[in-house]
Amino acid sequence: MTMTILLATSLFLFKDISQILISAIREKADISVYFKTAAQEEDILNIQGELSKIPEVKDVEYVSKEKALEDFIQRHKDNQVLMGSLEEVGGNPFLAALNVRAFEASQYQAVVNFLDATLEPVYQNLIEKVDYYQRKPVIERIFALTSGAGKVGISLSIVLAIVAILVAFNTIRLAILNQAEEIKIQRLVGASNWFIRGPFLVQGAISGIISTLISLLIFALICWFLGPKIEFLFSGLNVWKFFTGNFFTIILIQLSTGILLGAISSSIAIRKYLKV
Amino acid sequence: MIKFQEVTKIFPTNSPNGYPTTALDNISFEIKPKEFVSIVGRSGAGKTTLLRLLMAEEKPTRGQVFIDGLDIHKIKPGKLPAVRRRIGAVFQDYKLLPSKTAYENVAYVMEVIGADDLEIARDVPEVIEIVGLTERTNNFPVELSGGEKQRLSIARALIHRPEVILADEPTGNLDPYNTSDIIRLLLKIHELGTTVVLSTHNKEIINKLGKRVITLENGKIIRDEEEGRFIL
Repeated sequence: MTMTILLATSLFLFKDISQILISAIREKADISVYFKTAAQEEDILNIQGELSKIPEVKDVEYVSKEKALEDFIQRHKDNQVLMGSLEEVGGNPFLAALNVRAFEASQYQAVVNFLDATLEPVYQNLIEKVDYYQRKPVIERIFALTSGAGKVGISLSIVLAIVAILVAFNTIRLAILNQAEEIKIQRLVGASNWFIRGPFLVQGAISGIISTLISLLIFALICWFLGPKIEFLFSGLNVWKFFTGNFFTIILIQLSTGILLGAISSSIAIRKYLKV
Repeated sequence: MIKFQEVTKIFPTNSPNGYPTTALDNISFEIKPKEFVSIVGRSGAGKTTLLRLLMAEEKPTRGQVFIDGLDIHKIKPGKLPAVRRRIGAVFQDYKLLPSKTAYENVAYVMEVIGADDLEIARDVPEVIEIVGLTERTNNFPVELSGGEKQRLSIARALIHRPEVILADEPTGNLDPYNTSDIIRLLLKIHELGTTVVLSTHNKEIINKLGKRVITLENGKIIRDEEEGRFIL
């Protein structure tokens, strides 16, 4: 049961962590539309206007040929080899581009569809290439990873919940069989159903509460130990701060999971073995 | 007060030979309030089944069992405890809780029916005195003799002032001295106004009692006499 509660809490934590990761990746993930050298700035700005109208698009940034060259020099001014090659090529080899950013990783397809189909042919001819296709696998993998991890977490907690219910169920079953004689006597002297069943339900709930306390302790220790290490890996993500900040939510999640599991398993055992 | 109406009880698979066993076969009789009725018969004649039907521990295959006009096998399960509280049961094997003292065994019944601590402290010593176990109040069942255990189980059956006492072979494990003790106790309870249903195969007791006797054989009533005798 402790395992299940731990996993349920981890799912809660995972949701938050993946949110941070996804937003970080999203900041970086965009698609760039490069235009042919012949394309006029006026046309490109028109296309920018068109793209901004798509509901999925967050913003569109125009990078002119000159700006691209400037950025490149700025970034690589210390790299002799690259600077040398740039001189070798001569002039400005960069293309004007529009950097399109969508709200979600899955929405880039809509942008590509717009460029391929909806955009007027005159404008389509100005486009040299769209680098979405190079980035597509990366974007899709990130997307699959985050939703996949969530799915694995949920199915694992369902499996563990079933295991926890079975274990608690067996404990209560043994308790019922152990007290068979006493239960029989209770029945004969006219004990009400809830007088007989109540203690077993409470027993299930108490085992849930004990599991909660154990898993709370384990979870706190894990967060405390791993907090600095995870913060080192992903800046801005401190699990210990997250734990203390969401302490009551976590306790609530753990307690409700624990008590629910305990109560469910004991009520199944009572139904099966306690014929009143 | 108690009425069996054409009651048949067949155990479908419980018999060792694999054939259904007819424990009771179309039985009808009535017990009036404050009556003392003995049910006699050989082992396997159906005495225990009859008492178990009366406690609603078993359901009849056919027929009805009434207590004060209420068919106890038709009522909702939630109402059953209330019916059982009107009955006190005494068993051949006592059915005492081994981990509780004599006092606690009796007090336990009062807790079950929701009596408060004051009532328990007032009634339990009184009942223990009626059955003559005051000296043994704090002893565990294992420290009591057979006769004492049975007196304790009678105390337990009496504590909630039931209208009916069902005694299923209460003297089966006892010597003659203890047997007459228990019967004297049951007679005393009866005199105080409680209906007593006693099942036994002790010939001497029945012949001495001079009360109503219902004789069972192979699940059928073969004799039902006021001031009956043990004839098999």
